[in-house]
Amino acid sequence: MFEVRDLRHAYDGTDVLRIDALGAAQGEHWIVLGPSGSGKSTLLHILAGLLRPTRGEVTVAGQRLNALKPAELDRFRGRHVGIVLQQLHLVPTLTVEKNVLLAQYLAGVAQERARVRDVLGSLDLAEKSHAYPHELSHGQAQRVAVARAVVNKPALLLADEPTSNLDDLRCLQALDLLVTQARACDATLLIATHDRRITERIPKQFTLGQAT
Amino acid sequence: MNLIGVSASYLRARALNTTLNVLLLALGIATIVLLMLASGQLEERMHRDARGIDLVVGAKGSPMQIILSSIYQLDVPTGNIPWKQTQELAKHRGVKRVLPLAMGDNHRGFRIVGTNHEYVGHYGGELREGRLWSAPLEAVLGAEVAAQTRLAVGGTFTGAHGLKGDSEHMHDEHPYRVVGVLRPTGTVLDRIIVTDVTSLWAVHADQYEIKDVARIAELLPEEGRELTALLIQYSSPLAAAVLPRYVNANSDMQAASPAYETARLFTIIGVGVDVLRGFALVLIFSAGLSVFIALYNALRERRYDLAVMRALGASPRKLMALLLFEGLLLALIGAALGIVLGHVLTELLGFALRQAHQPEVTGWIWYPAELWLVVVALAVGAFAALLPAWRAYRTDIAGTLARG
Repeated sequence: MFEVRDLRHAYDGTDVLRIDALGAAQGEHWIVLGPSGSGKSTLLHILAGLLRPTRGEVTVAGQRLNALKPAELDRFRGRHVGIVLQQLHLVPTLTVEKNVLLAQYLAGVAQERARVRDVLGSLDLAEKSHAYPHELSHGQAQRVAVARAVVNKPALLLADEPTSNLDDLRCLQALDLLVTQARACDATLLIATHDRRITERIPKQFTLGQAT
Repeated sequence: MNLIGVSASYLRARALNTTLNVLLLALGIATIVLLMLASGQLEERMHRDARGIDLVVGAKGSPMQIILSSIYQLDVPTGNIPWKQTQELAKHRGVKRVLPLAMGDNHRGFRIVGTNHEYVGHYGGELREGRLWSAPLEAVLGAEVAAQTRLAVGGTFTGAHGLKGDSEHMHDEHPYRVVGVLRPTGTVLDRIIVTDVTSLWAVHADQYEIKDVARIAELLPEEGRELTALLIQYSSPLAAAVLPRYVNANSDMQAASPAYETARLFTIIGVGVDVLRGFALVLIFSAGLSVFIALYNALRERRYDLAVMRALGASPRKLMALLLFEGLLLALIGAALGIVLGHVLTELLGFALRQAHQPEVTGWIWYPAELWLVVVALAVGAFAALLPAWRAYRTDIAGTLARG
């Protein structure tokens, strides 16, 4: 679950994000809509604990993020939040398997190759575990990014514009992937998008207005 | 999967750059190792060769030349000194012991040194086979001489005039007979052929028309009896104040102090060593600079990697450690390679020196001070990575991800 109250975020004195109240129960799937610059990414970064809001209460998986010290926030993020970014940013010098193992290592949890194999298998990537990112197609690379996000069984799975630049078929495949993986670990899923193709599939929606 | 593994993966990905930086550092370290090993061993050997010798007396000339020629068998002697004067000097109350040296001939570049049995004892010479000489023209070979000339007990050889192996003038009519071979001593004794002082008189006996060389010591007229130098041990510390002045004032001979001249020599060599060491430090500094530039430039292309690692739960400290490990890993590989390279180069130098009959140097010894080089290299690596690591620590993740 996640919950935000009275949230404000400003860059250089200008509000880029303003939400009075928003929340989701554990296991729910939501999308957050809005045009570019409406603060979708900012909301995701705040929920992930990558960014401290200028004002407001943020609770993720029952934990008030405001109460955590920086190091605790890093650890919390590693263990309980999975993030799939628009640009996938796999570590180019590591194999697929090691990219996923890296997520376990950086989160400070035990490195279990069996779990990594399972996740890669469920994403149809078993054959590619020893390939390097530059040897993958975009679809494969996105699945690796998803594997990396879900390997630690997060309580909250965040995806930032996962379907832009994808044709219709691939767009739906990517969406299915996120939904399936979120369901597999009973994670709350929040997708930030302005892609209308997704809106029909996920009924719980929240729209961010133009910041004023 | 751990930070060192990730650091190593980045180093592997930039293999060419990594190799160049490692080589640069290794060359600097190797140069210092070479200097340490070579100068350390030379210094040790020179001290060992000069041990127990308080004063050297030779013909008038450069004291440095006297020391080099008579103790280390390196330079040419300043000339010869009359037997009679050396006998008088030996009786001086400041003199405890005298080792006579008569030089002037060689066999295939190895010096034939006329002396007495005490000289062999002074350098701890022990016979591997045979015996010491008991008559003129009987010779005992140093270990290195025996190894290189393949002469053995019972063999004969002729001396050539001069101290290097390039003379045309051979003393064919008075061949030497090998009666003994010495074990290695790690001193000047290994590189020379020792014989009785009278042997060197014998090969020049024809000038005085002496046929019976066995009785040369009795038959040779006074003016034919010459030595090249005397190695003297003082009877008391007081002699140091008296004897050199006595020699220089009352004879045609020149006194030279090994301690003083060797110290002077090391000062002269030291300048060269310092220049080389400075050069090596410049290499190590360049390596540090090069590592810094490589890491700093890599930060730009890796800022997303770093931001993503933060997103995956890495603390800023881990990112800092990641960059530091890269610098340290490079430094460690460079130091290890440099130390190995330094030992190999020293051994090659030693090989060349042995071919030239110079004091022996080996690359197969280890100085504890080399560990300090590893420390220095690691410090350079850490220092080079410090600023990039700090920048990684300060990565603005949300800002970077928002832009990317």
